[in-house]
Amino acid sequence: MAVTEDPLALTTGEAATVERPLGVLTRPQGGNGWRDWLSTVDHKKIGIMYGVAAMFFFIVGGIEALLIRVQLAAPNGSVLSADIYNQVFTMHGVTMIFLFIMPLAAAFANYLIPLQIGARDVAFPRLNALSFWVWIGGAIFLNSSWIVGGGGADCGWFCYSPNSGLAFSPSHGVDFYAIGLLITGIASLVSAANLIVTVLNMRAPGMTLFRMPVLTWMLLVTQFLLLFALPVITVALFLLLFDRLFGAQFFNPEMGADPLLWQHLFWIFGHPEVYIIILPSFGIISEIIPTFSRKPIFGYSFMVFSGIAIGFMGFGVWAHHMFVSGIGPLSVWAFSMSTMFIAVPTGVKILNWLATMWGGKLRFTTAMLFAVGAVAMFTIGGLSGVTHALAPADTQQTDTYYIVAHFHYVIFGGGVLGLMGGMYFWWPKFFGHMLNETWGKLHFWTILIGFNLTFGPMHVLGLQGMSRRIDTYSPGFGFEFWNLVATIGAFVIALSVLFFFFNVWKSRRDAPNLPPPGPDPWDARSLEWMVPSPTPEHNFDEVPVIESDDEWWHRKYGYDENRNVVRIATVEEAAQDGSATGVHLPAPSFWPLVLAAGLPLIGYGLIFNLWLCVVGGLLTGIGIYAWALEPVDDPDADHGHDHDHDDHHDDHHDDEEAPVTAGDEEA
Amino acid sequence: MATATDAAVDTADHGHATSTGISNTKLAMWAFLGSECLLFGGLISTYLLYKTRRGPGPDNTVIPTDVFDIPFTSVSSFVLLMSSLTMVLALSAITRGDNPATRAWLLTTSMLGAIFIGGQVYEFTSFLREGVGYTHNPASSAFYTLTGFHGVHVSLGIVMLMSLFVASKQGKLRQEHSETVEIVGLYWHFVDVVWIFIFTVIYLIPVD
Ligand code: HEM
Ligand SMILES: [Cu+2]
Repeated sequence: MAVTEDPLALTTGEAATVERPLGVLTRPQGGNGWRDWLSTVDHKKIGIMYGVAAMFFFIVGGIEALLIRVQLAAPNGSVLSADIYNQVFTMHGVTMIFLFIMPLAAAFANYLIPLQIGARDVAFPRLNALSFWVWIGGAIFLNSSWIVGGGGADCGWFCYSPNSGLAFSPSHGVDFYAIGLLITGIASLVSAANLIVTVLNMRAPGMTLFRMPVLTWMLLVTQFLLLFALPVITVALFLLLFDRLFGAQFFNPEMGADPLLWQHLFWIFGHPEVYIIILPSFGIISEIIPTFSRKPIFGYSFMVFSGIAIGFMGFGVWAHHMFVSGIGPLSVWAFSMSTMFIAVPTGVKILNWLATMWGGKLRFTTAMLFAVGAVAMFTIGGLSGVTHALAPADTQQTDTYYIVAHFHYVIFGGGVLGLMGGMYFWWPKFFGHMLNETWGKLHFWTILIGFNLTFGPMHVLGLQGMSRRIDTYSPGFGFEFWNLVATIGAFVIALSVLFFFFNVWKSRRDAPNLPPPGPDPWDARSLEWMVPSPTPEHNFDEVPVIESDDEWWHRKYGYDENRNVVRIATVEEAAQDGSATGVHLPAPSFWPLVLAAGLPLIGYGLIFNLWLCVVGGLLTGIGIYAWALEPVDDPDADHGHDHDHDDHHDDHHDDEEAPVTAGDEEA
Repeated sequence: MATATDAAVDTADHGHATSTGISNTKLAMWAFLGSECLLFGGLISTYLLYKTRRGPGPDNTVIPTDVFDIPFTSVSSFVLLMSSLTMVLALSAITRGDNPATRAWLLTTSMLGAIFIGGQVYEFTSFLREGVGYTHNPASSAFYTLTGFHGVHVSLGIVMLMSLFVASKQGKLRQEHSETVEIVGLYWHFVDVVWIFIFTVIYLIPVD
């Protein structure tokens, strides 16, 4: 339980100079270096931490991918044993999905949602920190099974029962999988509730739902998907864990259990998960393409409603993952139909992006290249996806490399490329300097070529009948050539990732000698471009008042009598004036970290020694207790808000008067 | 838990301005409960799928429906439902500013919840004695897991109520904080409503 925090009403800044007693329960006052990061509740810092950690796990998952491809480069590969191979591809999938692409999207969500809606922070800053620490605890826990668990999970990323039962998977890998995903699930759930409340409740005056940028909309739909999909996999994971730890009989067919139960529960979560992965990227693309086409997004409301439709329909099509599991012809028919329908709103989006570019003044920056590349690759993946919707075709393709090609085109091509574009786009906002464009373009072209070299051939391999998840193959089936090409492609992708990291390093080194990017380097459209780069701690000097969609753009441009677009204000003029004195921000706190640290310990305890559970439980308990007792803000902090804002928006400042209310929330 | 700090009191009269007019905490509770629906949905579906699945061996063929004591469970369900009523009374007491009554109703609600949990413990032990073990067959695994999850929810609710009680004793829970009671109440009512579903599914729908 915790106390509701109101980010608008709490103080740092001048309060940091006030003398206060030291004690366990005193809130840290924000400082420098690592302590600052460990105790931060600033949504921007949390976003950056998500991003850094996600990129770390991208490398981990990438190394696993390279191992897979080395093993398969030539027939009779013997780099990995069959057993290790199973662990490597399982952990590759799990890492890429739960520890790379979802947290990378969370990085954007955390950083950008408050800025795009004109808020000072998320609704519950400390809960936000909690989400991050819980997630990272779960992530480390999951991967620690390589070291302390006798290897990774070996049941595939969807861990079908009874494969994942003790009989077929006796090592601890699956326990780590189940507990690790439960922990990261808590993190996503808390964060989803937090961000939903943020979007619904914390919007600046005038920021109606239908003036919100498409990115915020897509992230909102994503959070709802998380909110409703995660509990279903939570149930599945609990049941699996109870089977394995306490001898329950949920997935043991010999005792009369139904082997399809896991599949249903998993895919009711798993299919929405596909959209949890892809929608943030769609949102990012919808910000980048209008900016670099110098046109508003075409069909804004179609964009929003198709996103919502995808969200709803995403829950109705799960069983297309189960066509070959014997669910019966009627179900197959129904799910086949619904799956084809879901292609419609997705197609709407692609047409809208094309229409946005049509006749626009296109600028092919790196970000734009990534966005367009993502649309193109996603379209290929989408088309091969529609062929699965046809149950007869699926029966042939499923569990071959055709499907491996398909989902990489969707989640890597559509998802990861879009997010990469987002990094180039918002990097100046995040860090106050641009990424180098030359290296960025090199990064883009190598990743695009490498990507198609890797996954293009997999279509062929799949149609030739190469099974998914085989650790090796014999010569003579005609698999040799395309496998070699795919492996070479994987190393080209690896090279491109090195280019990216080199670019990050170089741009940072060069930054002091280059002109600072200013608030709005791309001449963009949404509110985050109004504030300085990098974003100051208090986000907005004045909470902005919103009068139209694309507010920021309309502040810069108007129309002359011939309806031509003319510049009406410089960035400096359009950016809000006023100064940030008396802005109140939430004070940092260590308790989210303490609370989160207990959870992995409970996990280790369940697997190895119950005493660890006690220690972990105590840590979590102390965290909750101290959190609850921690003053929402220091009692001596000044809660008289500063009322002397000096500009024309004065009558809209009700929001800043928001009080600190004590309330309860699940911690 | 409900820690109403002085800072909160200072500013509570400003009125909470959010875009929807619903406070952040209350909205977050609604979101959380929305997600809980799916959690219980998954557990209830699992139970429905498994409720007649007996194990193959001689020792593990008894399933919960063989040994139900419907009158007993009906009484404890009634007790739980009454606790929703007392929860409403607690809320109305605090909105009136009647702190002693608030405490009394909070305590009553927790007691009723505790009686329900006591009944569940009794039921579990008597089922065990009659040969329905957690690991015996899918039906019993599903039964204990579903009702167990609900029991944990009720227990958490009791912890919340007692924390409110303590806060009130310390003078930190006053009329201005009635929304805190309301939010805990939302949770409590939710847990009660879920029990109605569980009770119907497990005890009232006949199995053949
Ligand atoms: C360098 C880039 C990548 C390469 C070379 C690669 C390669 C592969 C290969 C060959 C498989 C099939 C393994 C098997 O069936 O035996 C696979 C599986 C998978 N990959 Fe990737 N991958 C890459 C990036 C990604 C990314 C970025 C994601 C997600 C964001 C991803 C998600 C998955 C998933 C979910 C599986 C399924 C694992 C399973 O079968 O349980 N991969 N990958
Ligand atoms: Cu699907």
